[in-house]
Amino acid sequence: MLAAILVMSGIALVLGGILGWAAIRFRVEEDPLVEKIDAILPQTQCGQCGYPGCKPYAEAIAKGEADINRCPPGGEDGVKRLAELLGVEPKPLDEGLTHKPKSVAVIDENLCIGCTLCIQACPVDAIVGAAKQMHTVIPELCTGCELCVAPCPVDCIHMEVIKEDVSSWKWRYPIISLKRAA
Amino acid sequence: MQDYLLILLGTVFVNNIVMAKMLGLCPFMGVSRKLETSLGMGAATTFVLTLASGLSYLINTYLLGTELAYLRTLSFIVVIAGIVGFTEMFIRKTSPVLFRVLGIYLPLITTNCAVLGIPLLNVQAQHNFVESLFFGMGGALGFTLVLVLFAAIRERLEAADVPLPFRGTSIALVTAGLMSLAFMGFAGLIK
Amino acid sequence: MSAARGRKLYTFPGGVHPEEHKAESAGRPIAAMPLLPLYVVPLRQHIGEPARPVVQVGQQVLRGQMIGAPQGYVSVGVHAPTSGRVVAVEPRPVPHPSGLKDLCVVIEADGEDRAIDMTPLDWHRMDPSALRNRLREMGLAGLGGAVFPSFIKLNPGARRQIPILILNGAECEPWITCDDRLMRERASEILIGAAIMRHMLGAEQVLVGIEDNKPEAIACMTAAAVGSDVEVVPVPTVYPAGGGKQLTYTLTGRVTPSRGLSTDVGVQMFNVGTAYSLYRAVTFGEPLLSRIVTVTGHVASPGNFEVRLGTPVADLLAAAGGERPQATGRVVGGPMMGFELHDTAAPVTKAVNCILVKNAQLFPEPPPPMPCIRCGECARACPVELQPFELYWYAHHRDFGKTQAYHLFDCIECGCCSYVCPSHIPLVDFYRFAKSEIWAREREKQAADQARARHEFRTFRLEREKQEKAEKLAKKAAERLESGAVAAEDPEAARKKAILAAAIEKAKKAKEAVQPKNVDNLPAEVQREIAAIEARRRGGADEPEAAATARTTPNP
Repeated sequence: MLAAILVMSGIALVLGGILGWAAIRFRVEEDPLVEKIDAILPQTQCGQCGYPGCKPYAEAIAKGEADINRCPPGGEDGVKRLAELLGVEPKPLDEGLTHKPKSVAVIDENLCIGCTLCIQACPVDAIVGAAKQMHTVIPELCTGCELCVAPCPVDCIHMEVIKEDVSSWKWRYPIISLKRAA
Repeated sequence: MQDYLLILLGTVFVNNIVMAKMLGLCPFMGVSRKLETSLGMGAATTFVLTLASGLSYLINTYLLGTELAYLRTLSFIVVIAGIVGFTEMFIRKTSPVLFRVLGIYLPLITTNCAVLGIPLLNVQAQHNFVESLFFGMGGALGFTLVLVLFAAIRERLEAADVPLPFRGTSIALVTAGLMSLAFMGFAGLIK
Repeated sequence: MSAARGRKLYTFPGGVHPEEHKAESAGRPIAAMPLLPLYVVPLRQHIGEPARPVVQVGQQVLRGQMIGAPQGYVSVGVHAPTSGRVVAVEPRPVPHPSGLKDLCVVIEADGEDRAIDMTPLDWHRMDPSALRNRLREMGLAGLGGAVFPSFIKLNPGARRQIPILILNGAECEPWITCDDRLMRERASEILIGAAIMRHMLGAEQVLVGIEDNKPEAIACMTAAAVGSDVEVVPVPTVYPAGGGKQLTYTLTGRVTPSRGLSTDVGVQMFNVGTAYSLYRAVTFGEPLLSRIVTVTGHVASPGNFEVRLGTPVADLLAAAGGERPQATGRVVGGPMMGFELHDTAAPVTKAVNCILVKNAQLFPEPPPPMPCIRCGECARACPVELQPFELYWYAHHRDFGKTQAYHLFDCIECGCCSYVCPSHIPLVDFYRFAKSEIWAREREKQAADQARARHEFRTFRLEREKQEKAEKLAKKAAERLESGAVAAEDPEAARKKAILAAAIEKAKKAKEAVQPKNVDNLPAEVQREIAAIEARRRGGADEPEAAATARTTPNP
């Protein structure tokens, strides 16, 4: 009996010592996984995921607090890539979240009263203008997060779906009908 | 020397731990979705298994002997758990993505029946220290081999037009069965 | 002497032998087009950034006048094909696989066809960089189909010289004969263009590669090359012998690296049509205004035409006698690599080398595609030794990472695999789909990275502003306390004052390091006033961005 106790505690002590040393030797400072997740997120900073931006959401995913299907701008494709990175099954977007076609905010410049509220709302500095001056959206910089739409007191901001042109046009998926050759 | 080579070849191909002995099926199905992941898992398992075989031989021979034989399973699991813990910390430091991807399967190496099975089989076959090491490494290499092969097949399977009821694990199990049949072909390799 | 005999030729892997159909259009000399009433000149005629319109509606323009100025590095100018009035600058149908409209300058011809003053370029003495710049403005781009700006290719760059110059006259695509006719009729002009290229590149050797199914063109080019060391080399007729990497290998045995350029192995290649347009640009000072276009297939009289850029395809078809009845469509380019033309109002651009009219006999509707049986025919046909069936497997599953692992971007979209596929799978369509998806993702990724950087800077800026504001308020409060305490000389107040003074001094010092201001040692009233003004200014929600960004060091 004594021998058994001695043997087991001896093994435990030695292993404990090794593990303790390893814990110090291989300490992990910061989780680089956050960066990798953040790189996949579309950076619209729209907050639809319930976090105040893409980075906080990435941190939440890395900690396991948030699910991967809460980013509508990333769409199915984004979920799929997150699933691939994290080695989990992809799943459809969370309920209540829908993927919309990419669009940009447009300010009706005749109605704008220059209140600067939209400038303060824009998370990516894509609106220019000054107090009591007309504002305008720089379409190339706009991520289409819609955060500027609600604050506008005169409702002069609307979202416009980006139209396809020759430079952004993509080849379509070839449609193959697998019919028996006549 | 020839004996060791035979042990190695035998464990990798003929008595493959997954395909012939049907051990370690849980990580075999769980972490074979991507080639890189399966390679990482294979490497981690190889490391754990080789060390565990050696250590468990030493413990069994010098600490337990015959009178404490009833402690065999218990002490082996403790040793394996320790090594897995060490491996986990090491991987977490060196490759966080692999760490995340292996996920639950990394600590589960502890309860991987292959990892416990091989030291027990070592005792049963009365291998000496070096033989135990080769047996452990061979088993782990065999595990890695089929894991990588299977992952490669599953990556292709991913793009295949599989009938709906067969998608996912079911077609994977069918494939694994076919692979096992194929591995039976190695049976006559070593007389 | 241009002895072709003796040069060792290399055989590239794969390739196919489609029916040539060259005879239909090759027999007749290049015909001129009558002056048309209306030209539609797209501003995006080359690879890279489209030209920026520099004319207004209603403006009079002359032939050769620049109507689109290059913007960005990879860009060239666009010019008016005749004299007349600009009637519109608007999106119009263009020859593009999408069938979408793109920005065009529409010119109503006045019938006089007056030209701008064109001055020949003295290429022997001109500074190479100035010469290239002129060619950029003159709109020179590769006329083989890729329309890459020529001035970039004519820059030998850091290597200072490119030893081998190849003129590409292979014209391997079926039906097309525009280069064939050009070489037969204007061989010496092409060679003058080649001499200019050689001078600009510092090339030691000039080779002209022509497929051996064009004996007349070979004879004409050989005759024109007599007395020079330009070597005219007939190459075996196999599609795609005219591909850049393929012709380079055939003639020199040099293998262009994967995703590299032929200049990496010391070879630069131009289409014969580009050499001809360079000749015209340099000897006459004439910008790129026209090109040779083959009109063939199901038309009344197939042939080659010298077409002004901007000529609507409908007018070009009319010049070829019009489409015969029961035409089933039109293809821009050849049957292997071309694409469907959606609207004959679309004009001829620098990239259009052929208009091929289809009918049901010549181009029967392809049978419906069947599943891939992995027979490997496509791999045998592939001239770049890819595994098309694997690419297809992953492209059809949208696994783009895997397609790149199988070297999708080495695919030249020659169409050999689709041509030989016994299951009639439109393989190249899948590769194009995968490529454009990958490019789109790349663009999205770049946009996301920029958005992240802006967002991070904004967060940082807001944080800093908050800090600055808090500091200012503290300072103001302290000052108020100080000036109020002067009246009552009570020891407790004096002690507080001393502590505050020390704190203020410390804050000031820290502040000075990043923000020198001349507010020190001022009377209390003045200081209060400044503080009040400051606070008012700060109180406004938006401080001018420039002021905030100018001081990028955060306050301690």
